[in-house]
Amino acid sequence: MALTREQMAQRVARELQDGFYVNLGIGIPTLVANFIPEGMEVMLQSENGLLGMGEFPSEETIDADMINAGKQTVTAVKGASIFSSAESFAMIRGGHVDLTVLGAFEVDVNGNIASWMIPNKLIKGMGGAMDLVAGADNIIVTMTHASKSGESKLLSECALPLTGKGCIKKVLTDLAWLEIEDGAFILKERAPGVSIEEIQEKTQGKLIVPDHVPEMVFA
Amino acid sequence: MAGFDKVVTSYEDAMAGLEDGMTVLAGGFGLCGIPENLIQEIKRRQTRDLTIVSNNCGVDGFGLGVLLEDKQVRKMISSYVGENALFEKQLLQGELEVELTPQGTLAEKMRAGGAGIPAFFTATGVGTPVGEGKETRVFNGREYLMEEAITGDFAIVKGWKADRYGNVIYRHTAQNFNPLAATAGKITVVEVEEIVDVGELDPAQIHTPGIYVDRIIQGSFEKRIEKRTVRSAD
Repeated sequence: MALTREQMAQRVARELQDGFYVNLGIGIPTLVANFIPEGMEVMLQSENGLLGMGEFPSEETIDADMINAGKQTVTAVKGASIFSSAESFAMIRGGHVDLTVLGAFEVDVNGNIASWMIPNKLIKGMGGAMDLVAGADNIIVTMTHASKSGESKLLSECALPLTGKGCIKKVLTDLAWLEIEDGAFILKERAPGVSIEEIQEKTQGKLIVPDHVPEMVFA
Repeated sequence: MAGFDKVVTSYEDAMAGLEDGMTVLAGGFGLCGIPENLIQEIKRRQTRDLTIVSNNCGVDGFGLGVLLEDKQVRKMISSYVGENALFEKQLLQGELEVELTPQGTLAEKMRAGGAGIPAFFTATGVGTPVGEGKETRVFNGREYLMEEAITGDFAIVKGWKADRYGNVIYRHTAQNFNPLAATAGKITVVEVEEIVDVGELDPAQIHTPGIYVDRIIQGSFEKRIEKRTVRSAD
């Protein structure tokens, strides 16, 4: 079975480490915050200018001056800091964020990512995505393995305009955990009950399948 | 007005000198920390052919979105403009030009502009449409784009508190692009919720020192919330 959105978030959360500063994109990446292991301290960075993003406010504590990068009202945790957008992107571009998780339309075997623009459709903008992929060393892309019509999103070469070049090394799809190395996807783990054949069939770019590909285990 | 006293008492005075064709830098992220009343004053003045530099372009009927209603904006330099149907319409009809700029690059362009740095190199946008036609250089084996600084004829800024000398502090994440815009305007106008006595703000806590600020005005603010999100009561 393909992973649910929650399971994808749960799998990404296993990459968290105590003391990590983490930037989570919109969508599935946001859900990762719900799976931070008990006893582990992780600080969430929001690129509009907040380090130490907390949960959503209550009706009583809602504050128009307190929002996240998705423009949702949020709170700050104890020990948080707030700063300008230039300071925020200095953290991102300077490589100070330990882990970045974001979605994408396509990823290719050379670590290129396309996530912001579909030609001939309305272009809304890249926001902070280009800064995040260029600035971070440790990035996990989360997306479905193939489109609804069955077209692979793991390609030999991205067809859509890029968000960043050669910057992606880890991809979690609803079917598999893959790493990108030397111009190929390496199949590291598969979703429970998903066959290697299915993954091969839905991966257009070069895929290396090691002898043993463990299934992910979820409690 | 005398010495360092920068307080003006009318919005008309606050935006005096704004002319057609000028470039205006605006603080704010989404609808958070936007100079609502200064934007309304630009609308009232019907200044046209403006280039607006702002991360977003408000929403229909609020924030910078109101400047689209009478087609006052010629060009937007922004990182994300997806919240505004009128924007979309004018863009598709060719009435409006947009220069999409990565958010961090936009912030740094303003910072550099205010700091007298004409251009800088960044890895952001290399190999993407943003990098097309731009000079690149390799430093330590990695390719970087040259991005040029931005300055404005005006900067419009929303602060929380200011003293009469123009020292400003921002409230929570309403800071965002405001202190950057404040540094890069030839004329920087800051509207605040409260003007306090000189000496009342802790000098070490000032976000925007008064040297960057030309005019201060006290206003009242709607502070509309774009995406009201609360946790479920449990």
